[in-house]
Amino acid sequence: MIVPQLFWVSEPAMQLFPLAGVLSSTALGQSSGVDCPYIVQGTVFMLIKKAADIASSEITPKSLYLNRRTFLAGTALAGAAALAGVGLRNLLSPATAVEAKAAINGLQKSSFSTSEKVTPYKDVTNYNNYYEFSTDKYEPAGLAKDFKTTPWKVTIDGLVSEKQVLDVDAILKMAAPEERIYRHRCVEGWSIVVPWVGFSLSELIKRAQPLGKAKFVEFTTLYDPKQMPGQRVPVLEWPYVEGLRLDEAMHPLALLCFGMYRETLPNQDGAPLRIVVPWKYGFKSAKAIVRIRFTDSQPVNTWNKSAPNEYGFYSNVNPNVDHPRWSQGKERRLGEFTKRPTLMFNGYDQVASLYSGMDLKKNF
Amino acid sequence: MIRWFKVGVFLGCLGPLARLAWKAYAGNLGANPIEVITHSTGDWTLIFLLITLAITPLRKLTGQLWLIRYRRMLGLFAFFYVVLHFLTYIWLDKFFDLHEMLADVAKRRFITVGFTGFVLLIPLAITSTTGWIRRLGGKRWNQLHRLIYATAIAGVIHYIWLVKADLRKPLEYATVLGVLLAYRLVVWAGPKIQSAPILPRRRAEASEG
Repeated sequence: MIVPQLFWVSEPAMQLFPLAGVLSSTALGQSSGVDCPYIVQGTVFMLIKKAADIASSEITPKSLYLNRRTFLAGTALAGAAALAGVGLRNLLSPATAVEAKAAINGLQKSSFSTSEKVTPYKDVTNYNNYYEFSTDKYEPAGLAKDFKTTPWKVTIDGLVSEKQVLDVDAILKMAAPEERIYRHRCVEGWSIVVPWVGFSLSELIKRAQPLGKAKFVEFTTLYDPKQMPGQRVPVLEWPYVEGLRLDEAMHPLALLCFGMYRETLPNQDGAPLRIVVPWKYGFKSAKAIVRIRFTDSQPVNTWNKSAPNEYGFYSNVNPNVDHPRWSQGKERRLGEFTKRPTLMFNGYDQVASLYSGMDLKKNF
Repeated sequence: MIRWFKVGVFLGCLGPLARLAWKAYAGNLGANPIEVITHSTGDWTLIFLLITLAITPLRKLTGQLWLIRYRRMLGLFAFFYVVLHFLTYIWLDKFFDLHEMLADVAKRRFITVGFTGFVLLIPLAITSTTGWIRRLGGKRWNQLHRLIYATAIAGVIHYIWLVKADLRKPLEYATVLGVLLAYRLVVWAGPKIQSAPILPRRRAEASEG
């Protein structure tokens, strides 16, 4: 009787008090916080099913679709041109509003793609570590539904020959989109295989023209607590910051990503623009990027700041370096019952030369 | 009537498990079912530990003496869920690799403390029968069963040390546990506090009057 007022919202704990609640249907029906409602799952499933059912006559002809792309490219170009002149771009940006999850056509295949079984779409879109929305992995799907990704500007600054503020559509037109099916390993010990869409991050970096003394590149996620409810809670220091060494970022495997499963990125997976660094733990792959800054000193990434002994700057997938609180030797691929051994650099051995001569136990 | 109520509470305590089983059957446990099972059984262990610890304060504060009849069952349900929690870990996480499990227990403090809490609960489950109460005698039995405080504290610390950054949920458990333990501290220290200041207070009252 004294107790209920003494703590704040907790579903599991709330169930403590009305003893009768143990009996009541609420106790049975209420989520305990870990098990979650699957609101979105069903919808997504239906979406996929529908896509297969669509009569071929209803599909927009590719030529028309490409026309639209050219139009968009035009707008983006105009936008880029207007960078110096200002004004015009602001007029155009409302027109670039793209519907959520548009198909991306004309994807090039990539030799970097794995042939492993792709994780089901509903898992990749309903199980997200996206603390800007929630620390519960099942919640971002619902909470990010109305997240606004247009207009979206990305600031490129720091040690560059000229600071730029680019519209995301302009960035998307920098190179031909590729489908890259990558393994993705979370630091928590689970992994997925995702068909990302994007192109090498190096394409953007080249155009950003970093100065010779630039040695690192830092990525900042949008800070907007109004839209991102997780940011109203100081579980991490906002905004989220991640970073790479410049040579890591220039490695062709490092992906500038704006889509997956041949569509634009769902909001809960980092729309409209994120990076994917497949040989590092998932948290290195920053989402919803608004700023790319080149520096000469090593950026302090958010998780490193939060727990320096647990999350290093490099955070390469490494089965030989345990997280202090759990082993990194094995992982559970979502959808699989048993665990599989975790591979060095998540199986991307081609990046090993980036770290030759480095003690990866020290530089974890 | 009372018997039926007891059966009802019993079935209610099985609710969380039934719900998990139903979700598993319906393929509704999400992208990472084993994680959900692990977390859910862990959550319910803590909840049942706290409910068990709430019985005595509730009984004393409300005068509802019948509550005591449910304490053993609730405590055993805490044990039931921690066994499920442990089985999930040893089976679905470690696949009965004893060597790996022992390495975990030795190396990882959140597992060390969680495992300790679990082990401490075993003698309490064993000695929960009326026969054991008689054999040990009420006083010794009571002393032994104070181990549940250690288990509950270990369980909450286990949770605090497990989470990556968001401490809100484990701290909710910690708060409730703190209140329940504070109640006992107050009761334990209570008579001494009361008996000492009686005289001065009376004097103060008198001088005011």
